[in-house]
Amino acid sequence: MSHRPASLLPKTFRDWFKGRGWTPRAHQLDLLAKAKQGRSVLLVAPTGAGKTLAGFLPSLVELAERGPGRGTAKDRRGLHTLYISPLKALATDVARNLEIPVAEMGLPIRIETRTGDTPSHKRARQIERPPDILLTTPEQLALLLAHAEAQEFFQNLRRVVLDELHSLVTSKRGDLLSLGLARLMTIAPQATAVGLSATVREPDDLRRYLVPQRSAVSLPLAGRDEGWGSQSQSVVTQSDGVVASTTPDLAELSSSRTTPTPDPSPQGGGETPMADLVVVQGGAQPDIRMLELDERLPLAGHTASLAMPAIYELIRTHKTTLVFVNTRLQAEYTFQELWKLNDDGLAIALHHGSLDVSQRRRVEEAMAEGRLKAVVCTATLDLGIDWGDVDLVVNVGAPKGASRIMQRIGRSNHRMDEPSEAYLVPANRFEILECRAALDAVHEAAQDTPDARIGALDVLCQHILGMACAGPFRLEELYEEVRSAAPYAGLTWEDFEACVAFVATGGYALRAYERFAKIVKGHDGLWRVRDAKVAQQYRLNVGTIVEASMIKVRLGKSMRSRPGTVLPRGRILGEIEEYFAETLTPGDTFLFAGEVLRFEGISEDEVLATRAGAGTDPMIPSYEGGKFPLSTFLAARVREILADPFEWDRLPPQMTEWLLQQRRRSVVPGPRDLLVETFPRGNRFYMTCFPFEGRLAHQTLGMLLTRRLERAKLKPLGFVANDYGIAVYASGDIAAKAARDPGFMDELFSQDMLGDDLEDWLAESALMKRTFRQCAVIAGLIERRFPGEKKTGRQVTISTDLVYDVLRKHEPDHVLLRAARADAATGLLDVRRLGVMLERIRGRIIHKPLDRVSPLSVSVMLEIGRERVYSDNADEILAEAEAALLDEALA
Amino acid sequence: MTALRKNTQTTHEIELSGQLALLDLTGAMVLPAHDALLVADLHFEKGSSFARRGMMLPPYDTRETLVALSDAVSRFNPKTVIALGDSFHDIGGPDRLGAEERATLAEVQQGREWIWVTGNHDRILPESIGGQVVEEMALGSLTLRHEPAAGKRAEVAGHLHPVGKVVMRGRATRRRCFLTDGSRCVMPALGAYAGGLNACDAAFKPLFPDGFTAHLIGTERIFAIAKSMLCRD
Repeated sequence: MSHRPASLLPKTFRDWFKGRGWTPRAHQLDLLAKAKQGRSVLLVAPTGAGKTLAGFLPSLVELAERGPGRGTAKDRRGLHTLYISPLKALATDVARNLEIPVAEMGLPIRIETRTGDTPSHKRARQIERPPDILLTTPEQLALLLAHAEAQEFFQNLRRVVLDELHSLVTSKRGDLLSLGLARLMTIAPQATAVGLSATVREPDDLRRYLVPQRSAVSLPLAGRDEGWGSQSQSVVTQSDGVVASTTPDLAELSSSRTTPTPDPSPQGGGETPMADLVVVQGGAQPDIRMLELDERLPLAGHTASLAMPAIYELIRTHKTTLVFVNTRLQAEYTFQELWKLNDDGLAIALHHGSLDVSQRRRVEEAMAEGRLKAVVCTATLDLGIDWGDVDLVVNVGAPKGASRIMQRIGRSNHRMDEPSEAYLVPANRFEILECRAALDAVHEAAQDTPDARIGALDVLCQHILGMACAGPFRLEELYEEVRSAAPYAGLTWEDFEACVAFVATGGYALRAYERFAKIVKGHDGLWRVRDAKVAQQYRLNVGTIVEASMIKVRLGKSMRSRPGTVLPRGRILGEIEEYFAETLTPGDTFLFAGEVLRFEGISEDEVLATRAGAGTDPMIPSYEGGKFPLSTFLAARVREILADPFEWDRLPPQMTEWLLQQRRRSVVPGPRDLLVETFPRGNRFYMTCFPFEGRLAHQTLGMLLTRRLERAKLKPLGFVANDYGIAVYASGDIAAKAARDPGFMDELFSQDMLGDDLEDWLAESALMKRTFRQCAVIAGLIERRFPGEKKTGRQVTISTDLVYDVLRKHEPDHVLLRAARADAATGLLDVRRLGVMLERIRGRIIHKPLDRVSPLSVSVMLEIGRERVYSDNADEILAEAEAALLDEALA
Repeated sequence: MTALRKNTQTTHEIELSGQLALLDLTGAMVLPAHDALLVADLHFEKGSSFARRGMMLPPYDTRETLVALSDAVSRFNPKTVIALGDSFHDIGGPDRLGAEERATLAEVQQGREWIWVTGNHDRILPESIGGQVVEEMALGSLTLRHEPAAGKRAEVAGHLHPVGKVVMRGRATRRRCFLTDGSRCVMPALGAYAGGLNACDAAFKPLFPDGFTAHLIGTERIFAIAKSMLCRD
């Protein structure tokens, strides 16, 4: 496709572009040409490249050419284009932006959105009289497809546009959407799909996602979680072929170089079917730096308090700044600190997912109108909504992932021809290493987006019920359809059957519930949903986002007449996770909504809190630690920088000095080694190690190590973990044990900890139970509890923890437990990553017995008292509480 | 809970209305003076009760509850067993009881006096499940009933499914428990799917006007926890 004739565009469109002083961009025309050939396409482009318009242009042209429908039942042509976005707000935003060219060209096109907020009369009308273009979310698509009218509604569909595809496909929502897409392609085989994506490491994964996979082909997918860790998920290397071009001028931009794939091979052909690929080369090289300070950075902590004056200065001298942080806690802290410095009264706002919605909307509006100087925000602002004229992005704390940082940087300068300006602000010395690694990655445009998912079985269960609600189905046909979705291409018939059995009766070996079956096979061999009540149940439970139960935080008022009494009279500040609230005791102070609050108690399903006195430090230091664990890719780079003294020259001098000290006092490990240090301190014995595998994998490692130390009679007392390493403390002398028994360390870290030790721990692990709960809700075993809904009586709810215990004992291989284990492998427990690490360090453990703490170890030791001590051992907690009673009695 | 535990480790002695009571890790209570074992809120067939409404919980809850029950019974070998109501999750429960479970239950009942106190979930119990059915009964100075009565009394009851929550240094645990002030005891639910009501709930207040001690069932033993150490959910 060397020529991209602008003649593909009808005159109306050419005039419109001209009127705006624009020239259609090359990739926009490419997509138009692909559409004419009836091909599905993945468009990879940086922010500001006119991606959305490119995605819709073919639809607008086609709709303009087919002329106005009369909208009568007779002339019903049905839905032409379906647009799916990960965010409700993004769908609304895009609809608004799309109305502009449509209105300006006077096109006879009806555009509507359908979200959870759409009133029911409008929903009904949309089914009755579909718009030309419908913008919606994956959950709403699932609901539409489960509708009895789905066939008719979608049968004339021409195009599906999937926005922010890179962010959708990494989660269970992506699994759900892939199944929806498979059904759409069954109903409307003539339709083509367009995926819009930021730059990713493996565009082929997304290209497969967009088109039906052929079931005969078995994809080289990793086995569906047999065992825990040993599948090697190799460290990410280079991205393919994405080269950030030199700063192009505007004229050049208008014909920006794109790399269309050379084929005109049918998309059904080839080894695995893939959508065509159109890549828009990156815009200007971003101007991104590490913020260097004269002061020494602390060895631990995430607050970056020393950097605040410099950040404030940057905000002052730029037009609009986005200050990204990794956690809500950091957002709260940064916001407070900036306001302490804010002598100029700059309009600095706070935005994170737990704040009250109305407050968030106010910030978003003010931002869009350009009334704000800066917003301190978390990942809630990561996605593609247009936030106006941002000219600087500051990322406080470690970036955690290369692709994430690039997408964040992309938020500044929405015109891709100008370089984005950004600063990385490390909060501690390890984060300097991480920032250095991230800068290198940005420079090389290296990506670390996650691997393609293997479709989750709990999501499949939900989908099967949805399909039964849509109409009777034949098992074999549904199986083929499901396997045409890329994440499920490797699904075995046995797993599929297990999911169907689960949907019908729970799928238990003890077939006790046949007479209560939710879906049943009729004499005609078709499966049907039992009754309308089951369909209703499905509709209430659709979706894969199981929010942690949230609880509202209300500001209370102390009664002056009765000190100590607090009345729930204040306003709602936002909400926090229930499990966080559960660990608070009255008197605890914590940061929330920009202030230090004192926890007073829980009343009527609300957290009651009062403002803590001025100057109070929050006592409860952290919840949720860092939200994202360090990516495998950045971790590998950090280890390499650390291992190579030549690389140290590129680090700030304070860092080099620190590493030299470490080398003098202990050793700096090689990139594949695991350094284990032991040393006494006070009357305890410490063991630290540095796998650099992220907090989640380290927490799991810590749990398992303490179990093994317990067995070795070394009396472990606890451990702390961060993204880089862990510290375990014990009353037994670990170094002495290792000296007596030279194989001890190898044994301690041997891979077999992922066998029985892991299984034992999972039996009681609160994280595993939380994971199971999410699977149980998604699969439809138990009903979803809606946020804000009051807890119902104990008779009608059932604790999934109890179900977990029983199921684990009686059917350890049940499909739901397999789904939960698959999640745990990559989710909250990150078992797979731990497995890869244990494999890597086999025979490469360097044990350094020291007489005191080393520079490297100090950084982890400082987490003690800062992070929670993890323990799932109920008896330990109870014994402590019982002892408190005795103390009281003896006092 | 399949493995038998040694009696010495699992029992926890308290004094209740002037007599010795042993609290067991399964959630059962033994009154040695009467050679009687008490259990509360077995909620047999809760799983199938949910399945009728489309929530297909694993159908092993009755089995699991029976394992705990027969574990306690075989270790203490009491002359009398008294179930303090809500032994079945609903009136249809006894009919849905599987053959295997029915046989296990009969085996546990074999050779002892068996008394079902009725509860709000199982006001009617068929004869076929064996034993006597009563609304409430006396055992020495103690009244045994399902729902605790108002005011200060010497009684053992169930119904409320007490659990205690303890938070120590940011670590939380929530366990089933016995609540007692020395004259009354509210027993924990023994059913595998029986949930819990936090001991700090207002429902317990009128029952223990002078406060209580919670005996929380840990993994290896039972812990006596002061009311002041318990947290709300």
